[in-house]
Amino acid sequence: MSHYCELSKLTKIYPTPKGPAVIVKDFDLNIENGEFVCLIGHSGCGKSTVLSMLAGLNAITDGGIILAGKELTGAGPDRGVVFQSPSLLPWLTAFENVMLGVNQVFYTASREERREIAEYFLTVVGLGDAMHKRPAELSQGMRQRVGIARAFALKPKMLLLDEPFGMLDSLTRYELQQVLIELWRKNKITALMVTHDVDEALFLSDRIVCMTDGPEAEVGDILEVKFPRPRERKAVMEHPDYYALREHLIEFLEVHAHRNGRSAAAPQLPPAGGVRLQRSPEEPVLNPA
Amino acid sequence: MAFLELNNVSKSFNGHAVLKDVNLSIEKGEFVAIVGFSGAGKTTLISLIAGLLRPDSGSMTLNDLEITAPGPDRGIVFQNYSLLPWLTVYENIYLAVDQVFPNWAPAKRQQHVEKYIAMVNLTPAREKRPSELSGGMRQRVSVARALAMDPQILLLDEPLSALDALTRATLQDEVSRIWEESHKTVVMITNDPDEGIYLADRIVPLTAGPGATLGPSFPVEIPRPRDRKAINHDPHFKQIRRDVTGFLLDCRRDRHAAVSRTLVLPDVEPEDLSAPPPLIGGRRTAIRRKEIKREIVEIDA
Repeated sequence: MSHYCELSKLTKIYPTPKGPAVIVKDFDLNIENGEFVCLIGHSGCGKSTVLSMLAGLNAITDGGIILAGKELTGAGPDRGVVFQSPSLLPWLTAFENVMLGVNQVFYTASREERREIAEYFLTVVGLGDAMHKRPAELSQGMRQRVGIARAFALKPKMLLLDEPFGMLDSLTRYELQQVLIELWRKNKITALMVTHDVDEALFLSDRIVCMTDGPEAEVGDILEVKFPRPRERKAVMEHPDYYALREHLIEFLEVHAHRNGRSAAAPQLPPAGGVRLQRSPEEPVLNPA
Repeated sequence: MAFLELNNVSKSFNGHAVLKDVNLSIEKGEFVAIVGFSGAGKTTLISLIAGLLRPDSGSMTLNDLEITAPGPDRGIVFQNYSLLPWLTVYENIYLAVDQVFPNWAPAKRQQHVEKYIAMVNLTPAREKRPSELSGGMRQRVSVARALAMDPQILLLDEPLSALDALTRATLQDEVSRIWEESHKTVVMITNDPDEGIYLADRIVPLTAGPGATLGPSFPVEIPRPRDRKAINHDPHFKQIRRDVTGFLLDCRRDRHAAVSRTLVLPDVEPEDLSAPPPLIGGRRTAIRRKEIKREIVEIDA
């Protein structure tokens, strides 16, 4: 019972006209203090549902979550969330966006100290010279840096990341992963991240939890990732276990893509090398030959 | 002399150097991928080759002729497709063919257009307008239009960047197949090293801007046709993936570490907002662990 974060028998059921839809069923996971865990699985398998229940943004149907000895009942600043889109207030500068939360959580600190906190995190994520710009003046990657700074600035007990780099190009994604992992290491914050990028999961995590396809998604497989820390992209990619683990994950995702027969229509082709599995109904195959 | 040759090409806008001393030689029939960060100047480079921009200094030749203006000898595929919205797939491609081959008999032009529509597997959608097509299909029209002009060189400016991962993979396969069939000289701009390695004969990284230039070439010696899954086992694939990514991330980091700044991180603990608000006379100061943290942080100059 001494785990830092415990998800036990977590279940999410949505009522539908056709009867209850079980999205997640009896999901059990324990996360230790300071650990970085990735949840990997196909789009729509329920991984974001798990994360949003942990964030307190989605009601829990059954089961429960304990974080640092307390049962979670709702959303709060003790869990920092980074979404796929940065969700910044467009009429505030990057600095003001971060200050919004800092002023709430550090209301007993001096004005000067609060300013220093926001400046510190914005500078560390690489926005030292751009922190007084509005989101519209920032690139997609820079906006997501603000999102990361905002989450870390509140010193949350836990960091929840929902495909935070999903809409960035691969080089920018590499850069932001480095920013994230360095902040995580310095601040020693327990993190749970949802992703479908195999390379991303391998680079960041201590453990990768593979989820089976929904409905009734559950933990399918847990992979320990033991690359030495602090991690550097090149060293990780050179590690003798890297491609074996990568293979294992891709295999898992492919097996579970086929299990429900959902991908029978479209070929499951990972993009060259970088495997981000994403199902898109958008592209009809006109002439498969 | 190489088929496409760029010698010390530089370009700046309003005094801001975008590209500096770019040198590139591409042989006939070669598929070269230029990989770089967003904003590094990749599109400027392709616009120069296309003749849409003129360099400030340096020279560019295609097939021994100086590049001075845009022309049908260079087919371009843009990231945003650039199709005429009021024309059908067929008409969009016909427009280009009509311009480039005005002396052909109408039947020959028609047949030519049909051939390229079939090449990109769009025959069932030939009468559709761009708004009725998915992003992937629009990009295929764009590729067909460029190829139908029978250019000497095909310039692809991040053609697949706006597409989702699965569509992107399908189109990569298609680009690869079309290239094998036509053996055109191709310069492709991309921000995805994996895409470059899968498709190209050679990867040329563009260093981080401002004043970006091309880095050393990384030849991709993986036999064709390439199998997306099998190349994951190829030691050469692993190595080039590491080298290209490493090169790009390093050159970006070198720029970042130009200036260092001292920052203070106050040692205060967050308040528990779920606890009941303090009564009169409650604690008004923050909890500290009495260790003011100072940190030296390197930032982007």
